[in-house]
Amino acid sequence: MATLGMFSTANLNGGQKLAMKYFTVSLALFGAQVLFGILAGLQYLYPDFLYQVLDFSVNRTLHLNALVVWLLYGFIGGVYWILEDEAGVPVVGLGLGNLIFWILTLAVVVVVLVYLLVQVGPAEMKTIWLINEGREYIEAPRWADIGIVVSVLTFFFNVAATFSKGKYTGIGGVLVLDLLALFGLYLAGMFYTPNVSVDQFWWWWVIHLWVEATWEVLVGCIMAYMLIVTLGVRRKIVETWLYIEVALMFGSGILGLGHHYFWIGTPDYWLTIGGFFSALEPVPLVAMVVHAVFDSGVHKLKSTNHPALGWTIGQAFGNFFGAGVWGFMHTLPQINLYTHGTQWSASHGHLAFFGAYSTAVIGFFYLAAQKSRGNVWMSGHFAGNWKWKWAMGLLWVGMIGMTMGMLVAGYEQSQIERAIEGSTWMGYFAAQAHPWFVQGMKWRMISGWAFTLGYLLLVWDLLTIGKGETRPAAVHEHTA
Amino acid sequence: MSQTQSLWWASESFWRKTAIWVTAGSFIILIFLTFDTMSYIKAGGKQVPGYSIINKRVDYQFNEAQNRYLPVIGPDEPLFGKMLSEEEAEKLVSKGKLNTQAKNCMECHTLLGNGAYFAPDLTKAWLDPAWGSKEVREANMVAFLMDPSDKLHNAMGRRMPKLGITEEEARATVAFLKWMSAINTQGFPNNFKTMDQSDPAPAAVAAPVTPEATPADAAVAAPAQQ
Repeated sequence: MATLGMFSTANLNGGQKLAMKYFTVSLALFGAQVLFGILAGLQYLYPDFLYQVLDFSVNRTLHLNALVVWLLYGFIGGVYWILEDEAGVPVVGLGLGNLIFWILTLAVVVVVLVYLLVQVGPAEMKTIWLINEGREYIEAPRWADIGIVVSVLTFFFNVAATFSKGKYTGIGGVLVLDLLALFGLYLAGMFYTPNVSVDQFWWWWVIHLWVEATWEVLVGCIMAYMLIVTLGVRRKIVETWLYIEVALMFGSGILGLGHHYFWIGTPDYWLTIGGFFSALEPVPLVAMVVHAVFDSGVHKLKSTNHPALGWTIGQAFGNFFGAGVWGFMHTLPQINLYTHGTQWSASHGHLAFFGAYSTAVIGFFYLAAQKSRGNVWMSGHFAGNWKWKWAMGLLWVGMIGMTMGMLVAGYEQSQIERAIEGSTWMGYFAAQAHPWFVQGMKWRMISGWAFTLGYLLLVWDLLTIGKGETRPAAVHEHTA
Repeated sequence: MSQTQSLWWASESFWRKTAIWVTAGSFIILIFLTFDTMSYIKAGGKQVPGYSIINKRVDYQFNEAQNRYLPVIGPDEPLFGKMLSEEEAEKLVSKGKLNTQAKNCMECHTLLGNGAYFAPDLTKAWLDPAWGSKEVREANMVAFLMDPSDKLHNAMGRRMPKLGITEEEARATVAFLKWMSAINTQGFPNNFKTMDQSDPAPAAVAAPVTPEATPADAAVAAPAQQ
């Protein structure tokens, strides 16, 4: 073990060394997401800004794809981080895992360059294969899809083989089954059809069953480990909660898919099924808040890593409000007829992705920062501990401000464009030019700058936290 | 803690089994519903028209019985004046759909309400009064798609970029939009005010409005004979 307070990968096990690579790229892509979000936000206020150079569609594609990839990198890193601790043996096939990391990262770089420099192509299949699939969230061209499938199969092999060689914990069992579902679903997005209804039907299988089902469970797994590590919660309690959450999450989320099948040509019964099950989707998120708050209280907030615990509690609340409350507010078809495809969705999307997923990954960044400096003290009262608090504060204030700005715009748009004007071209622009909408976009922009500041502070903090710290991490009264 | 662990409903194994059964049960129901839904959404299914619908007049009107807006299919009105077979129509619509993907339309517009929110929803774009009258609509749409940069969009200055769309691609895209406007989307978007497509077109604007109708309904009142 290297000196306390000095950064060294010698402090980490094999899986954690690989996780550090994933976390590094993840943090950089988080920055790309913020950058392209800022550019796209500016275009709402200054329509000629970067017109015909980096159009809104290009910025938004990068904004969304950076989001998906930085979170996936964060999750993959999180899984490699916990793998050896959970299974009790070194990662099986680590060399292959490392190789795949470099290939996947190279592919990401090429895809981003093509998005930026080529942008669009002719109406031929070669565009779909080489440039852009033109389907929101999963724009990656087909060659990259195949690369992603190969990469994640290797990742899956690492995880399943390591648990099989060592021991399957409850977390391990849920994780392996969840990853299998997560990667299997991706295949549902890899085909072309002229039929836009069939296209969107399967597209939602990927997007919804990722974001509102398998991603939630994956985060449940790594956050369960987080509670064991930071608070010293007993494994039996954490794993029982995990099973409850899986039951509630899949029980509501799988058929909750129906809330995307209200208006795409799909039959009437989805209005009832989608409305009913998506109304239940907040239930597991309430359970997670209870779980996190209860455990934190039982352990009197005595954690080994205050920043990680701070982000963990933020995750519980952010997931509940962003995914649960904001989702529920416009999920019933009777209101969704007016809110569908407006800034309402953007408001919900921002708070939900940040609350449920970004927070969890940032929590893991802090675990990694602590361990890579030799498992140093991070339980409060350390030099420079204002930075993580200010970073967290600015990121949250920025995110809540953006969410509220878009919510105001969304209300206005639902009323004027959808309800009164009936969604025509004229109706759309009547709503976009309305002062309430413009005010919402301005507040979103100001909040976006606060968020950017928070991001920069976060990066600075992650690079410096624990530097020169000489105290070892706090120890739990009993370990799991 | 030790008290709760002895209760069956708080035990790890009970919840593990519950999680497995609930997940498997939900997934089986989803598979069943997916098969059923396919019969509605295949081209020529109960809610999604066959591609040759582009040979007909397509409209979108309020349906009293169902209390929602529904597509209304009218007499022959072939796109670009040319009747197409089902195969020819599919080929054209498919080219148009591929173009919407190749130009990444969905990252500014919404299609069936899904996508980005920087530009108008395209679900019923074919019927939008902004294209002028039905006599000039096709030509206007093609010209706009090929070079929107110098055309009036709105008073805000927000414009669609020129994306290098060829005439062939533009015509195919118009076919795709016409076909999409004939999908039964359960009444989304609600209250859409369609272009007047009735037959002597310019005169119909002045057609008498029924006493119940408000001035806002005037634009949709004309094709009521369907």
